[in-house]
Amino acid sequence: MSDMSVSALSNAQYDGSVQVADTGLRGMITLRGDLADKGLAKAVKAATGLGVPKQRQVLTKGSNGVAWMSPDELLIMVPYSAATQTAADLQLALSGQHALAANVSDARAVFRIAGAGCREVIAKLAPVDMASDKFAPGTIRRTRIAQIAAAFWMVDEETVELVCFRSVAQYAFDILVQAAKNGPVDFHLPKS
Amino acid sequence: MSTRLATQGRLLNRGAQVKFTFNGRTMTGFEGDTLASALLANDQMLVGRSFKYHRPRGIVASGAEEPNALVNLGRDGKFEPNARATTTELFAGLTARSQNHWPSLEMDVGVVNNYAARFMPAGFYYKTFIHPRAAWKHVFEPFIRHAAGLGAAPKSADADRYEHFYAFVDVLIIGGGIAGLQAALAAGEAGAKVLLVEQTSHWGGRAPVDGVEINGAPADDWIKNALQALENMPNVTIRTRTMGAGVYDHGYALVYERLADHKPDADLPRHRLWKIRAGQIITATGAIERPLSFAGNDVPGVMLASALRDYVVNYGVSVGDRTVVVTNNDDAYRTAIAVKAAGLDVAAIIDARPDGGGPLAAEAESLGIRVEKGTAVAKVNGSKRVTGVEICPQAGEGKTMTLIPCDAVAMSGGWSPVVHLWSHCGGKLIWDDAQAHFKPDASRPPMGDKGQPFVITAGIADGAMRSAEVLANADAAGKEAAKRTGSTPKSTKAPKASDADENPMAPVWKMPQGAGYKLRSKMFLDFQNDVKVSDVQLAAQEGFESVEHTKRYTTLGMATDQGKLSNINGLAVLAESLNSEIPQVGTTTFRPPYTPISMASIAGEARGEIFQPLRRTPIHGWGDDNNADWEPVGHWRRAYAYPKQGESVEDAVNREVLATRKSLGLLDASTLGKIIVKGPDAGKFLDMLYTNMMSNLKPGKCRYGLMCTENGFLTDDGVVARMDDDTWLCHTTTGGAERIHAHMEEWLQTEWWDWKVYTANLTEQFAQIAVVGPNARKLLEKLGGMDVSKDALGFMEWAEGQIGGFDARVFRISFSGELSYEIAVPASQGRAFWDALHEAGAEWNATAYGTEALHILRAEKGFIMIGDETDGTVIPQDLGLHWALSKKKDDYLGKRAQQRSHMTDPDRWQLVGLETTDGSVLPDGAYAYETDLSRAQRGAAEFAEGKHAAVNANGQSLACGRVTSTYYSATLKRGIAMGLVRNGPDRMGEVLQFTNINDDPISAKIVSPVFYDPEGEKQNV
Repeated sequence: MSDMSVSALSNAQYDGSVQVADTGLRGMITLRGDLADKGLAKAVKAATGLGVPKQRQVLTKGSNGVAWMSPDELLIMVPYSAATQTAADLQLALSGQHALAANVSDARAVFRIAGAGCREVIAKLAPVDMASDKFAPGTIRRTRIAQIAAAFWMVDEETVELVCFRSVAQYAFDILVQAAKNGPVDFHLPKS
Repeated sequence: MSTRLATQGRLLNRGAQVKFTFNGRTMTGFEGDTLASALLANDQMLVGRSFKYHRPRGIVASGAEEPNALVNLGRDGKFEPNARATTTELFAGLTARSQNHWPSLEMDVGVVNNYAARFMPAGFYYKTFIHPRAAWKHVFEPFIRHAAGLGAAPKSADADRYEHFYAFVDVLIIGGGIAGLQAALAAGEAGAKVLLVEQTSHWGGRAPVDGVEINGAPADDWIKNALQALENMPNVTIRTRTMGAGVYDHGYALVYERLADHKPDADLPRHRLWKIRAGQIITATGAIERPLSFAGNDVPGVMLASALRDYVVNYGVSVGDRTVVVTNNDDAYRTAIAVKAAGLDVAAIIDARPDGGGPLAAEAESLGIRVEKGTAVAKVNGSKRVTGVEICPQAGEGKTMTLIPCDAVAMSGGWSPVVHLWSHCGGKLIWDDAQAHFKPDASRPPMGDKGQPFVITAGIADGAMRSAEVLANADAAGKEAAKRTGSTPKSTKAPKASDADENPMAPVWKMPQGAGYKLRSKMFLDFQNDVKVSDVQLAAQEGFESVEHTKRYTTLGMATDQGKLSNINGLAVLAESLNSEIPQVGTTTFRPPYTPISMASIAGEARGEIFQPLRRTPIHGWGDDNNADWEPVGHWRRAYAYPKQGESVEDAVNREVLATRKSLGLLDASTLGKIIVKGPDAGKFLDMLYTNMMSNLKPGKCRYGLMCTENGFLTDDGVVARMDDDTWLCHTTTGGAERIHAHMEEWLQTEWWDWKVYTANLTEQFAQIAVVGPNARKLLEKLGGMDVSKDALGFMEWAEGQIGGFDARVFRISFSGELSYEIAVPASQGRAFWDALHEAGAEWNATAYGTEALHILRAEKGFIMIGDETDGTVIPQDLGLHWALSKKKDDYLGKRAQQRSHMTDPDRWQLVGLETTDGSVLPDGAYAYETDLSRAQRGAAEFAEGKHAAVNANGQSLACGRVTSTYYSATLKRGIAMGLVRNGPDRMGEVLQFTNINDDPISAKIVSPVFYDPEGEKQNV
């Protein structure tokens, strides 16, 4: 029934000098386990083609990704249609050991913040150093934006992807759009 | 009169004239003016009334230290009280009104306080408003409330928007004078990431006004080059109109940027609050000139010497035609020279020092200015405007020698470094005898986590009084900060600055030295709060020896300017009165912010629609479309009921209850917490968390469970389903999901860290819908899919499969007493599933019901609700839930606490049902009067006449219970309630009297809490 599935904001979009868009549904699996374990690494590799990321690292390949969430938690990203199967595969592959794989695709909303000012939009809401030498593509942060929990990473120098809980998707969209509308701070942008 | 000069005005753009209004009068100024300079240019010297005595007050300063010139600025959504005219940039269309006067600025009735001033000494309010007691409410408080406050309160919502910005830098430099610029150059050249902020709209501070030369050229040239160099450094950011507001632990700083105050029509956030983590902070915050304490030093036209000079040089404004300069130092001579250079008359320089000044004094004399040494101002003549000063010897008691007519007085009592930001986080001060000021003690700086210093002061803020020292010291500060943050400073030399030599200043804390009471009671220390020399002396006399006590007793330094002008002068007077040294008296505490920042900037984006996050279920939109009456449950919004067109909320609730009982109800239960608990030790873990056994639950089965805190109190409840051998799914209450998940993680991470258990909060992964009522099964069978018959899916069982093509997890559980299925589907399909249930259920009148119907349905069955029957003081035993307290387990959280004597007291209030004798609905929270003396607690004596209950020694009625849930039951057509009653279950059938505010008590009979289907047959079909 995935054809009946709708993301929290049905692909809402704001177009300004910085764009904010609900990217639609994404397959996400919370994987908890011993990140140093070879069996776990093997299962992650089989599910995504990717290795186990280091602290605050996100690895991506095509539409798959693996993000470090905590010392015993990873976020596995796959296409939405593959999430249920991937979660089951992971659970099966790790059945002999202490691990938890749970499909959380529907519990999340995903936003793309695009444009030269994307770092500043995030820096208005999250207590994170968004300087290009401190937060580069490949880094993920679990933190807050304004009053809600969120995680984000950079896809490229001008694009941030951000994940939050589905129930607060509207709030997340609204504060991101407000931050974008308020215009540049000229702190992270190169001097003209 | 004060007026605009044809020359001077380095900050003005004379090509751009700007119109504005003050008290309704249209005036003109120029771009580059502050409101203060523009008012002076329009001869508006009188700008406000003082707080206590309503004395006329004029502009006294030119910057952030201004105590008098506060105005109501703007109108409607752009209105702001207490705006400081000296830091408000002029813009076209600015409207300002003066404050604290009635009926008008020129004619103020409150000035009568002035004549009564001798009856309103320090501590007046504390001493006066004590007796008679009744007068407080009816006379004093209304009077004080009317008099209190300076500006008016805004009446419209703020039309602007605000934002925060998180920034991380190596070196934050606060202050954009020559010291801040040089420090930024030094740190920037070393490669450190630098943010330099300046509170005004222009760079360079006082140096250009004071005639400083750098590298042999006017300071302005050097400033221009320095700015260009900083602009070219990619690692340096510079900001004007941005004030360092506060310095906090670990290099955290709040910085306040005013983006649109000077252009209110721009499409910009008005203020931006920067939240900065800095490796090092340099405070290059300059210094503030001190007033001199002489009688009438608050008359409009008396101004700080530096301010008067600023108005001439920066804004081309003459404050008066004939100025008298009064000083205890050489710097004020610069004002006399500047005034003279502008073609204006300087009547005299009154220098309190017997030997007078150095080269600047010689220059002044060579310009033909009369200099009076060893003299003082005995008093200022004039009320709304200076008309002259009376001169006397500084060493005497104030006997007038001469009267000098004048319309402006420039005073200078020396300079105090701005040590606020240094002090905010614990930087200590030392007293400098030569300059008679406190300055930062570099050996005792604010320190970080490893004891490392993280603030450095630079320039005059560090006590460097001459510009050559200022630049050298700032250069060193910039390099040191860069070094401390891991950069390598260049081995460059600081530029060379030069200015005139100065003779030593002389501390002068009152003028003249031997002034009597009459003069002292007109010497103002705190202009805004009307604190005089005599007030501080009185406080000392009355025993307020601590500077903090004196401050609060006299209100010295407690106004919106926080004592920027009054602090040191007040301390000195206090020290003298206590016959003590100033450093021994010490300072009051410097607290952020440096000057007031807008509350809105603190709130940032959090206003209007985004004031707070609202949590919405996947079905929320249906509620919006169907007239849901929303209620907050935590951050969630849940539908209380869904009234139809023309239907009251109450009627809607009753309709929803009956439809569910009779046929088919649908509830959006998505907000219920859903936490997965998995692992080899998960069963053991849940047995500790819940009061009953969860480890022996069979896969495919559900069990209702209770959770208690360590103190034994009931904290959450819900149904636990066993998924497989090592996986359980724990349902929590709506408000409990995050809290219980955190509770689980805390125990796992801090106490049972070696137990193999993982948890995951899957609350939002699923939309959960309760399908309830006698036709519930028929609906699911019509949609088709998995077998939901009684045999395949019995009560308290769950199964996974498909319903109507949706992937579904079906729990056969009931919170209503009806045949009921709770069905979880992926959240993204929740709305589609909800719509499908309504469509297929139409033939059974499928009715969406809200939280109130949910509450009534459960109350009819006597099911407890966390937060209604529990309030953090209730244990499961109080609620008759003994059956859920496992006796097989050695331990569970709360078990030992529940064995304490108070918890096992048979007199605890316990759960019962309550039925009013007339069928009405009991008020929620009503108390039951204790009418049974034998059950009343010890100390309860007897029935008093006219009372409904036993009373205690104070004649107060004793209670024996309270209502915890109360509703109108449409099913039973009467009021039903639950409550906690002392020995309740033993008192079945007894009729109690319940409080009914402003009316007669209501009688209710104690009954079983299960009002409906006590055998539980309906849910088990």
